Amino acid sequence: MHAGVVVFPGSNCDRDLAVAFAAAGAKVSMVWHKDAELPEGVDIVGIPGGFSYGDYLRCGAIAAKSPICRAVADHAERGGYVFGVCNGFQVLTETGLLPGALLRNAGLKYVCKTVGLKVVTSQSDYTAGYNAGDVIDIPIAHHDGNYFADEAELAKLRDQDRIAFTYTNNPNGSRDDIAGILSPNRRVLGMMPHPERAADSGHGGTDGAALFRAITGALTLA
Amino acid sequence: MKARVHVMLKAGVLDPQGAAVRHALGAMGFDQVTAVRQGKVIDLELAEGTSEADVAEMCEKLLANTVIESYSVEIL
Repeated sequence: MHAGVVVFPGSNCDRDLAVAFAAAGAKVSMVWHKDAELPEGVDIVGIPGGFSYGDYLRCGAIAAKSPICRAVADHAERGGYVFGVCNGFQVLTETGLLPGALLRNAGLKYVCKTVGLKVVTSQSDYTAGYNAGDVIDIPIAHHDGNYFADEAELAKLRDQDRIAFTYTNNPNGSRDDIAGILSPNRRVLGMMPHPERAADSGHGGTDGAALFRAITGALTLA
Repeated sequence: MKARVHVMLKAGVLDPQGAAVRHALGAMGFDQVTAVRQGKVIDLELAEGTSEADVAEMCEKLLANTVIESYSVEIL
C-alpha cells in the first residue's frame, strides 16, 4: 500500500501523517504541491494539517487551486482514496470533494486540546477498526473547525451514514457536532481532529492508530 | 480599470466575529447596534476590457466560497 502525503508551503503535520502511515505498514512518498501528478501507484493521498499558503483568503482556498489538487481531484474521481486532516479537511471542502465548509470557531479562539470523539459509523475502510458508538480520545488544534452545511446537506450526510465522527462535547460550534465526514463512495474522509497525533505511545494516546491500521490493511489487501 | 469585490457570509451562516464586534460596541455604550456582519473587500486592478462576468467567474472559482459566502462586484 502506497500513501502519498502532500506538502504545501505552510503544512506542518505532513511528517506526522507520513510517520503514522509508515507505522501502519504503508510505503510513503511526500508529494510537492507544485507537482501536477501523483507518484505512480499511489493508493491514498494524505492532505495534512497546517496553514497551507498562510491560510490567506480562506483556510485551504489557495491550496485547493494548486497543481497537485487537480491531480488529487482526478484521483478521487477515479475512485481513489483521499484522507484530509484539519487543514486537509478544509482543503477538501474547498475543492468540493467533500460538502460544506469550515467556519471560524464559534468561540473565536484557537482550540488545542484532546477531545472525545464518537465513532458514528464503522462502515468505511477508515473506521472499520472501531465499533460504531466507540468514544476515542484524539487531539484537536484549530481556529476554523466549525463545520457548516445547510439542512439539506446535513440530512444527506445523516441518511447516507456519512458522518464518520462527532464530538462528545462540541468545542467549536460545528453543526450536529460533526468532526469528520465521508464522501458518497466512502473513500474520501475529512476530519478536523488529528489521529496522527494519537498514534504512538509517545504521543500520550494511541486511539488514532486503529484508523491508520484499518485503511492501510484494507488497501494492502485490495 | 478597477473592480471592487465585496464578500459577505450568507444570511443564516453564523458570524462569530461580527457577533464579537457587536458585543464590544454594546460594551462601549453603543446600544443602538443590534447586529454586525463582517465581510471582506477585495480590490482588483484589471486589464482594460475585462468584463464584469470575468470578475464574477473569479468570485465563483476563488474569491468567494459560495457554500457560505455571497459576493457582489462593483466596477470602479
